[in-house]
Amino acid sequence: MKFNSTRVRRTIGAIGIVAAAALVVSGCSVTGASTASGEKGSGTGTINALFMKQAGYSEANIDEMITKFEAANPKIKVKPTFVAYEALHDKIVTSAPAGTYDVVHMDVIWPAEFASKGLITNVTKDFPASWKTKMLGGALSSAEYKGQYYGVPWGPSTKLFFFNKTMLAKVGATADDVKTWAGVLTVAKKLKAAGVVKYPLSWSWNQAEALICDYAVMLGSFGGSFTDSSGKLDVNNAAGVEALTWMKKTIDDGLTDPASLTFLEDDTDKSMASGKTAMELNWESTLRDQNDPKISKVVGQIAVSAPPAGPTGLNPGVNGSMALAIPSKSKHQAAAWKFIEFITSEAEQDKYAVSSMTNWKNSYTKTDITKTNPQVFAAAGVAYDSMISRPAVANYNSVSQILQVEIQNALLGKKTPQQAMDDAVKAANAAS
Amino acid sequence: MKRATRNSILIHIAAWVVAIVILAPFGWMVVASITPQRVLITTPLQWIPDSWDFSRYVTIFSGGSDGVGTTFRAAMGNSIVVAVGTVLISMVVGILGAYAFARLRFRFRRAVLILFLATYMLPQIALLIPLYLILNSLELLDTTTGLIFVDCALVIPFVLWILSNYFMTIPDELEEAARIDGTTRMGALFYVVLPAARPGIFAAIMFAFLLAWDEFMYALIFTSSDAAKTLPVAISEFAGRYTTDFGLVAAGGILAALPPIIVAIIFQRYVVSGMAAGAVKG
Amino acid sequence: MTVASAKQTTGSSPTPVKRRKRFDRQGRMAFWLLLPAGVAVFGVIIYPMFRTLLVSLFQVNSALATVTPFVGLGNYEHVLASPDFWASMGRTLYFTLVSTALELVLGLAVAGLLNAKLKARWLFRTIVVIPWALPTIVNAAMWKGIFNAQYGSLNALLSQLGIIKDYQVWLGDPTLALNMVIIADVWKTVPLVAFFLLAGLTSIPTELYEAAQLDRASWPRIFRSVVLPMLVPSISIVLVLRTVEAFKVFDIIYAMTRGGPINGTETVAYYAYQTAFSDQNFGVGSALSYIIVVVILALSAVYLRLLRRSDMSLL
Repeated sequence: MKFNSTRVRRTIGAIGIVAAAALVVSGCSVTGASTASGEKGSGTGTINALFMKQAGYSEANIDEMITKFEAANPKIKVKPTFVAYEALHDKIVTSAPAGTYDVVHMDVIWPAEFASKGLITNVTKDFPASWKTKMLGGALSSAEYKGQYYGVPWGPSTKLFFFNKTMLAKVGATADDVKTWAGVLTVAKKLKAAGVVKYPLSWSWNQAEALICDYAVMLGSFGGSFTDSSGKLDVNNAAGVEALTWMKKTIDDGLTDPASLTFLEDDTDKSMASGKTAMELNWESTLRDQNDPKISKVVGQIAVSAPPAGPTGLNPGVNGSMALAIPSKSKHQAAAWKFIEFITSEAEQDKYAVSSMTNWKNSYTKTDITKTNPQVFAAAGVAYDSMISRPAVANYNSVSQILQVEIQNALLGKKTPQQAMDDAVKAANAAS
Repeated sequence: MKRATRNSILIHIAAWVVAIVILAPFGWMVVASITPQRVLITTPLQWIPDSWDFSRYVTIFSGGSDGVGTTFRAAMGNSIVVAVGTVLISMVVGILGAYAFARLRFRFRRAVLILFLATYMLPQIALLIPLYLILNSLELLDTTTGLIFVDCALVIPFVLWILSNYFMTIPDELEEAARIDGTTRMGALFYVVLPAARPGIFAAIMFAFLLAWDEFMYALIFTSSDAAKTLPVAISEFAGRYTTDFGLVAAGGILAALPPIIVAIIFQRYVVSGMAAGAVKG
Repeated sequence: MTVASAKQTTGSSPTPVKRRKRFDRQGRMAFWLLLPAGVAVFGVIIYPMFRTLLVSLFQVNSALATVTPFVGLGNYEHVLASPDFWASMGRTLYFTLVSTALELVLGLAVAGLLNAKLKARWLFRTIVVIPWALPTIVNAAMWKGIFNAQYGSLNALLSQLGIIKDYQVWLGDPTLALNMVIIADVWKTVPLVAFFLLAGLTSIPTELYEAAQLDRASWPRIFRSVVLPMLVPSISIVLVLRTVEAFKVFDIIYAMTRGGPINGTETVAYYAYQTAFSDQNFGVGSALSYIIVVVILALSAVYLRLLRRSDMSLL
């Protein structure tokens, strides 16, 4: 054994020297990625586009848009690839050195990371000044970092408040009673007492980004924000702790389904669709599921509104917009830009307003567009007015991880809300 | 005599218990895959539904809208190509190498074998990014060829190990006799050793197939489209997207599990003899 | 045993000179026979291995980093000083020890049953092989469905049997969730272990049992003094294989819990993946993967040493 392991070690050592030498000779960077940058390209050829498959535009929608784009630009072919949201970030990262994709779908929380690390192209000079006023502010932030643009917004998004009208009616409550979180609690208690539903509320409180989105809504309604003026996380202030305390109390009072801690948005969505939940926060597009008789037992019973207001009277939605960006190693950046221009255009976004909201302010005034999805347009119009953003920091992922863990610590009663938030702030500010 | 009967009864009862523990979760997945969604989400759960619903299988086999069916069928094809390709290459390469380990005396023999086996201890994450770049420069990203390439590196050490152990149990005399008759070493390998090593080879095939079919991390990072995505990746996306349509996930899971289960059932009896003779002693 | 016989044949060459020549010829042949396997395996892993080792010595904060300061062992120090790392290491050790121990004990029992004189033994073997063949991702999805807090069959079963009153959130508590993942993993892996051990069992000569039975030895004694010693090689291999595999566990975590809740199921391989790809901290992530390699090597060495009682031909 001993004899052999020395052998092995010696062999490995020898190969190591050879490898190191080869590295010096070839003059590569440490990661092995070539240092050559991407190219504009001729504006023709095949471009690879990476999309998220989930809420928002469906695969069928996107295929249709591509067909139209290819008809208008015969010299460009678009090859779409769809991955789950959970796999999207890592896919963009792993594919970055190879320049596999020419267009990537990006979440509002990533521009800081991708831009500061040089993964995506700065498109500020191609970005028309008029777009900055014609697009919704919340949507714009999904493509912006430090005043520069790294992509084009493609659908703003926020969490809205969904409630089951029929269930609420059983305890004599209406939409007016759930305009504030205090009202929501009162109605929830009545629903529980009347036995209409065992747990009136459910949330997406799995250890995932979904939890931060829900927390952001509560934080905003308690008048807080994630960071102080210097950009440091400070959720251990009064509002941050109160929001968390409020969340924890709904579990203790038996109003929130304890299964929420294993839920993503899809699970809360289906929990409501199966009639086990009376009220939830979720993305706009989920109304589609609630009214789909194939998966829903509550067709026609669900109403949607802007998030209820907190004690401060504020009711911001969480900014969940997405954008399309061009990876910096792409060799077809000109063609990619043409494609992005096309599918983010007002005309295209208007056509698919049932799937995803549009980022053009103008669309919200066109009655023929808003009537395709009236409930969501009404609620979203209000919610987009004020949105709370998650911190735009380059190490957002680790900050978010820390928050997820500490919030769950409080929700499961392992720490007091104050303690949890103190620890989160300490860990996050040490990491940055 | 009495004691023997009692023992036999106890053994049979134990076997029943084991069989139930194994079959219950799997059986529930089968039932769930043909239970209507509205029954699956009722509490208390109705174990045997009032009606059967085969629509999920229909969706998977013929559905095209929004990609569930298309993606699944493509992934099934990719998985078969990758698994079969990996098994073929690994077996050919493995048989040659195993013969060398079992029959030839050469310097560093043990060290080389240990080096092969030690590769098993490397976690795949340690290789991901550089491998991604290699595959990219060879234009093998998002191709089944690329996956076969990296999967072989995982499977070959196993094949080498199982086969070289088995080859060693085949008496040398058989081969010597053939070689006295003028057969070359390669001839002896093909006409004498291989036929005698059938159980070991079948065991190796089964191992290789299950390993290749089950591989997840490489496929997750190196593939992204229907051109090369394998079933484990497709199922994980599936499960992420239809979290509470357990029936659909179950139907997909069962179909994804069918090929390896069939292979395992066919080859299972050789595995015991294939490993009993050599591998496990090694 | 087998090696001994092979050695005898090669050793039977008449003169030392001729023997050496034959050795060289065999060496050359071995080289050519092993070349394809060597290329296929090491061609794929050598370069990435050293690239990753190299990266672990630098600060690499982006997949496209151009500025990568050399930090020596700084990344390793960073990892070893991080409480998150030690927590994930602890969880991984717990996962490894508990799942491997359960798999070994249950696997031994199932192997015994597989070897017993059963009616319809072929059917029993066919059933036992199913979990082994089930892909890990499917297994994870299946158990995730079974453990579901709202519709899961475990909740339904236990509450209909009157064992629990309220539906439990099986994956909602960090410790419980880790144990539930272990159950899923054990269910899938016991058959594999059982078949490995069965192979060892069947190679025990029946005369040994008969002799022991003639001595009127009790079953526990036969097990302890005949079966177990003969099984040591099989057990040691299973232990090493399972320990390595458990220590690298990634896919079942990815598919079942994604490390949650409260990082309760975040194993060290998942932590390394997160660090490298989600946080884009490639230097630290690479250091982490090398630390995993070192721990696996150390554990394997310890096992092999502890269990190295009988002569093993190849390991």
